[in-house]
Amino acid sequence: MMKFIRVDMTTLSSTTTDVPEKYAGLGGRALTSNFVNDEVKASCHPLGRNNKLIIAPGLLSGTSAPNSGRISVGAKSPLTGTIKESNSGGSSSQMLAKMGIKALVIEGMPKGDKFYIIKVAMDGVTIEEAPEKILNGCGNYDAIKILNEKYGDHVGMALAGPAGEYRMPSANISFKDPDGNMRSAGRGGLGAVLGSKKVKGIVIDPTGAGNVPIADPEAFQAASKVFAKALLDHPVAGQGLAAYGTDVLVNILNEAGGLPAHNFTAGRIDHNDNISGETMNATISERGGEGKVSHGCHKGCIIRCSQWYADKQGKYITSGFEYETIWGLGADAGIKSLDAIAYIDRAMDDVGVDSIETAVAVATAMEGGLIPWGDGEAVLKIVKGIAKGEPLSRIIAGGTAIVGKVCGLYRVPVVKDQGIPAYDPRAVKGIGLTYATTTMGADHTAGYCISGNILKVGADLDPLKKDGQIEYARAMQIGTAAVDSTGMCLFVYFGIADNPAGYQALIDMINAQYGISLTSADVDELGKSVLKVELEFNRKAGFTNLDDRLPEFMEYEPIAPHNVVWDFTPEEIDEVMKF
Amino acid sequence: MKITVRLFATFRENREKESTIETAPGTKVEDVVRTFNIPPEDVAIIMINGRGKTLKDVLSEGDVLALFPPVGGG
Repeated sequence: MMKFIRVDMTTLSSTTTDVPEKYAGLGGRALTSNFVNDEVKASCHPLGRNNKLIIAPGLLSGTSAPNSGRISVGAKSPLTGTIKESNSGGSSSQMLAKMGIKALVIEGMPKGDKFYIIKVAMDGVTIEEAPEKILNGCGNYDAIKILNEKYGDHVGMALAGPAGEYRMPSANISFKDPDGNMRSAGRGGLGAVLGSKKVKGIVIDPTGAGNVPIADPEAFQAASKVFAKALLDHPVAGQGLAAYGTDVLVNILNEAGGLPAHNFTAGRIDHNDNISGETMNATISERGGEGKVSHGCHKGCIIRCSQWYADKQGKYITSGFEYETIWGLGADAGIKSLDAIAYIDRAMDDVGVDSIETAVAVATAMEGGLIPWGDGEAVLKIVKGIAKGEPLSRIIAGGTAIVGKVCGLYRVPVVKDQGIPAYDPRAVKGIGLTYATTTMGADHTAGYCISGNILKVGADLDPLKKDGQIEYARAMQIGTAAVDSTGMCLFVYFGIADNPAGYQALIDMINAQYGISLTSADVDELGKSVLKVELEFNRKAGFTNLDDRLPEFMEYEPIAPHNVVWDFTPEEIDEVMKF
Repeated sequence: MKITVRLFATFRENREKESTIETAPGTKVEDVVRTFNIPPEDVAIIMINGRGKTLKDVLSEGDVLALFPPVGGG
């Protein structure tokens, strides 16, 4: 029987029970979103005592299924005020699942200023005062080292960085990866929720954990083999992502005229090859040393889209160096050096802020005159200043919407106060529908319509036309909600989108593990049910269809080179979430 | 007529990333692809002037042709 752990920070105590029946068949996002909708008062202040944070491995996490080590974190978001599921790699998901832990809930908040570490081990949960050394501005890289010394290298971790301690709306939760670096549950400010509960970190000690029980091991192995083959045989999942990382998209979106530049005033840049995935690959290869072109963010990842980006001396700067970060700083904010962007990426990880929200906020601040355009040194200083709580740093860490207000701007690229990432909705219409309608605020991963609009994987739609986009954005959001519940990395989509046997293998693995007989229709229903509870929470929190709109400037400012505006009508947009 | 050809990702291995070539009117994308010794079946994304096209589309004077192998991210 799996365990359901609740930590009450008001009383500094915990309870471990069997999993409530309602949640027994759920995992990942399905579990976190159902729980948040059931238990979090929708009108609560996200940083107040009535918010709750839940961390849950996916349905397949902890098994030998490839790429099943993603973790879901849920709460009401301090950035958007909506429900939030933020998803991350790292080691924690596999560890918790192997320990038989279905979910860890953190609720309440203690009196006083002390910060705590929640330690989860096979023999129970302990709540200890956080070491002084990792507080008041200590970066995540050092904090991980200090906690490794205290608890052992083998433990998993989820940390609030300095930004989380200061409860900044863009604070992430950093999960220790297999190499002692970090991956982030980036979006939506959930690090601030952790910080509000005075939890500096969660330490997971899997010593003594067994294997995840599998009802039909032979069937599981067989399905897992088919699934792995589907991933490895696909040119994107099997080779492209490992070679170039997600940053390969710089050149594709630039060619397509959908790479938002200079705070969303153009769709192309000239310095694309300074910051492209091709250049990153060549730079890492040439420099050698600690650099690695491919790297997995969790044990069992066979796609390996991550990398270690090293400096000229071959010394590690950063990992998980993603397209959206590089786009935001490189194209939207005009920083033309990949090295400069890498140092900022490292600093963002170290202080614990979402690298998308921060990059978009930086570009908005440049338009607002707070930072010179393209000035990487100034941005690095400001990001590092988040650790010290410096005023301008706090404004940037407040997120894009706050920066827009502080600067008196109308061109503020947000939906539900979350920064719009990396793909211009005017030139890639499908993704605009996802941005407008997802329950999460602007989030490309909620329904990655770039796939069928630009990459021609899974569908083939004209990105400048409306045809088919509503149905596509709906289907992608439903499918994503289901995948986010399995613990699978979203990139498995590339391997199974055009491969029915691969998709069936994913379902077969779930069936073999749990001894059930889900069909693809059931998986579809699971996705719909997740979106429905999220929509319900948002309605209770005061959101209506009128919040499902892109920033107005996109309706009247055409974007070059295609000179297109956002032209979906409100009625058309509202069709997306009708199912 | 003159066209510009841009190659990306693995297509850049042992090839110029951008070149301007002289070609006859009526040239199709697949003709250019062959000129560069790229197997047409390896081409996943084709854009002419930033718009999605196919191997059968015909090029015009001054066009910018971009060729990508299967790549993705997110």
